[in-house]
Amino acid sequence: MSVIKVPEADAAGWKCDTCNAELEQLPVELEYLDSLFNVELPVCPKCDMVLIPENLALGKMNQVEHLLEDK
Amino acid sequence: MEQAELRKWEHKCIQEETPQCTAACPLHVDARTFCSLMGQRRWDKAWSVLARTLPLPGVLARLCDAPCRNECVRKDAGGGIEIGLLERFCADNAKPVPPPRPLPSRGKSTAVLGGDLAGLCATWELARRGFDVTLYCTTPGKDLLGLPQATLPEGVLERELENLAKLGAKIESDRAVDEALLNTALEEKDAVFLASDALAEALSDLGDPDELTLGTGRSGLFAAPRGETSPILKAAAGRRAANSMERFTQGVSLVANRELEGPYKTRLYTNIAGEEPAPPVIPDGGYNEVEARDEAKRCLQCECMECVKNCEYLKHFKSYPKVYVRQIYNNESIVMGTRQANTMINSCMLCGLCKEICPEDFPMAEVCLQARRTLVDTGTMPPSAHEFALRDMAFANGPKAALVRHAPGEDSSEYVFFPGCQLTASDPENVEAAYADLRKRLGKVGLMLLCCSAPAEWSGRQALMNEAMDDIKQQWKALGSPRIIVSCPTCLKTLRQGLPEAEVSSHWSLFRALGLPESAAGQNTSLAINDPCAARHDTVLLEDVRDLLEQLGVSVVEPKLSGQYTECCGYGGLLDSANPELGKAVRERRSKAAEEDFVTYCAMCRDMLAKTGKHALHFYDLLYPGRENAGARPSPGYSARRENRARLKEKLLADLWREAGQAEKAPFESVAVEFTETALQNMEERRILKGDVQKVLLQTQKTGKRFVHKETGHFLASHRPVIVTYWVEYEEKNGGFLVHNTWSHRMHVRGAGS
Repeated sequence: MSVIKVPEADAAGWKCDTCNAELEQLPVELEYLDSLFNVELPVCPKCDMVLIPENLALGKMNQVEHLLEDK
Repeated sequence: MEQAELRKWEHKCIQEETPQCTAACPLHVDARTFCSLMGQRRWDKAWSVLARTLPLPGVLARLCDAPCRNECVRKDAGGGIEIGLLERFCADNAKPVPPPRPLPSRGKSTAVLGGDLAGLCATWELARRGFDVTLYCTTPGKDLLGLPQATLPEGVLERELENLAKLGAKIESDRAVDEALLNTALEEKDAVFLASDALAEALSDLGDPDELTLGTGRSGLFAAPRGETSPILKAAAGRRAANSMERFTQGVSLVANRELEGPYKTRLYTNIAGEEPAPPVIPDGGYNEVEARDEAKRCLQCECMECVKNCEYLKHFKSYPKVYVRQIYNNESIVMGTRQANTMINSCMLCGLCKEICPEDFPMAEVCLQARRTLVDTGTMPPSAHEFALRDMAFANGPKAALVRHAPGEDSSEYVFFPGCQLTASDPENVEAAYADLRKRLGKVGLMLLCCSAPAEWSGRQALMNEAMDDIKQQWKALGSPRIIVSCPTCLKTLRQGLPEAEVSSHWSLFRALGLPESAAGQNTSLAINDPCAARHDTVLLEDVRDLLEQLGVSVVEPKLSGQYTECCGYGGLLDSANPELGKAVRERRSKAAEEDFVTYCAMCRDMLAKTGKHALHFYDLLYPGRENAGARPSPGYSARRENRARLKEKLLADLWREAGQAEKAPFESVAVEFTETALQNMEERRILKGDVQKVLLQTQKTGKRFVHKETGHFLASHRPVIVTYWVEYEEKNGGFLVHNTWSHRMHVRGAGS
């Protein structure tokens, strides 16, 4: 599965507080209503914690959720 | 939805029915489109509309006696449109167009005997249909030759005769139309039309031609009605005969399905209330360009759209029920691919206004509710559409908010008060006051703090609805099946349907019987009444509240849409949950229905109106006053609504039943949290509850997992309690949390792939 890149996945200024590590853009598996996506998102390279920024959640992600709901 | 059902619904919506003018026109000219183009001074385009339908358009447009004018809807608002004059202007000013292309030859030969207008028109119609046609006459257009130049300018008839030839018709002029010619024609040709009255005497034994078919006693011979003088009716006879000859030569029924051939009654309804009367533009001579345009612009462009004009929802999706019902049918037929109508189906307020307004009673609510049930049954209902509202219903029926008791100190109930879950959420103080008043006046009045299960019904979840109603029934029976007193019109309707064995009374009828409470304050003010949509058909309820308002001294102002025709506040049918933006537009529209402050008797209507900034009172505010400026009270947010319910239960248990703090608190509820203004606003808009935020904070306290911002020092944590993932941006403050922002998504993060 190819990895999708989205400009909204920008987490400038945030770092992992738990590991005190800078975030990296890494492929993340997302799932909704039986559909799977591989998206490059800001992730803590040590603990794999994924950050979903506000812009992404309310923008692209919301659009895709609606598209999938209408399928 | 079965196809037969689709057809039934489609038939009910009359928006696409023929306008009165076209239906009244013996040739069914599209006068509405013609006027629209004339109103834009697009003479050439307008002419092509006439030329598409009229035979010999240059002649007929100038002679048309416009019977449509008597049926024109404009006749009651100034006078029917002067189509005849407009046709003449168009004929004089538009560029002529070539005749239509005839259909491929049918290999059938016909004859027309007699060259008057009926004969010429029949010849035109037959040639157009691909018949081999010969016109026998002394002089073509004989009955037109005496017309003044002003009526039929020189050269017009000649040009149309040339067009007849271009259509392939043969014209044999200088032929006497006699019995010998008729007999030869009947022998040689497949069908014959006798247009002139010339042979009337000879044919008198055949009688008048049949009205429907123009057939005569002789097989294959069709004849014009005798003595016809109206040019348009002569042309119509020509067309009717051509249709009959077509059927005759094909060997099919001459009579079946011809109801719509001549003038007929159309079902299209056009409301002209509020239309300014405008008299026709009658020129001294013919029209000039401006006069023609102005006259054409008087055309009302008839359509129905009654429901769409009165409903923000129907307007929003840019069409009308006939189209919507087809979209819903198609939506259900989709196996793979996008169902484009889901949002439309889930956005109807189910308020029933369209059915009241529609001349044919089209019920969009019925169609949409059925479609929702199908979506639920087939597992294709979008999960996000109603989830928030159903969670709210579950909360109202859950241990935090639900309460069912006999009156304090009693072990039986003659009555039980059912205030409804939205009144308890919006205004717990008045629920307390009303309950106290009822106990004082009626004694053994129990209490039921529950949701009536309307949200389950609206969301199309019948199983959930039945389950919830069963629960209510069990608890009501446990109280000894007392008479139920209900103030919310939706609860009233839902409980009467769901509990037919119960006696369900309206609190408002009770007030009328018992009198107003002592606390009721006389008013000397004007208020606009807002009837909730659930009260639409409850004439007793509509009367009760008006009578009570009068008793209070309120001068009641009726909005344009009121009583049976009231419009929704935007909450009905869970619109506000499925399509918040449209919900907002609907409540904004309703808030503008009156200048005065509103008074209503539904807590949701009150809150929806209050959300727009409009002052709105719940009727209880007048009966149990105690709050300054109650009409300006803001609508409580989603979290506050839950807290109000929970607190009301706790307070009533403590004050009335002397039971303290029995509800166990979940651990997240103890998380101390405050919010910035932005955070609160975002929570309302994004439908995120305080409890959702507290759960995230509790989770991050446990796991220590969170992000930190390098500049602001804010923390960011997330948690997915069930389906939705919540994100909370916060700082730690005074041993608690100050939340700056919060958002959510439904997509599940399965994990980073490292």
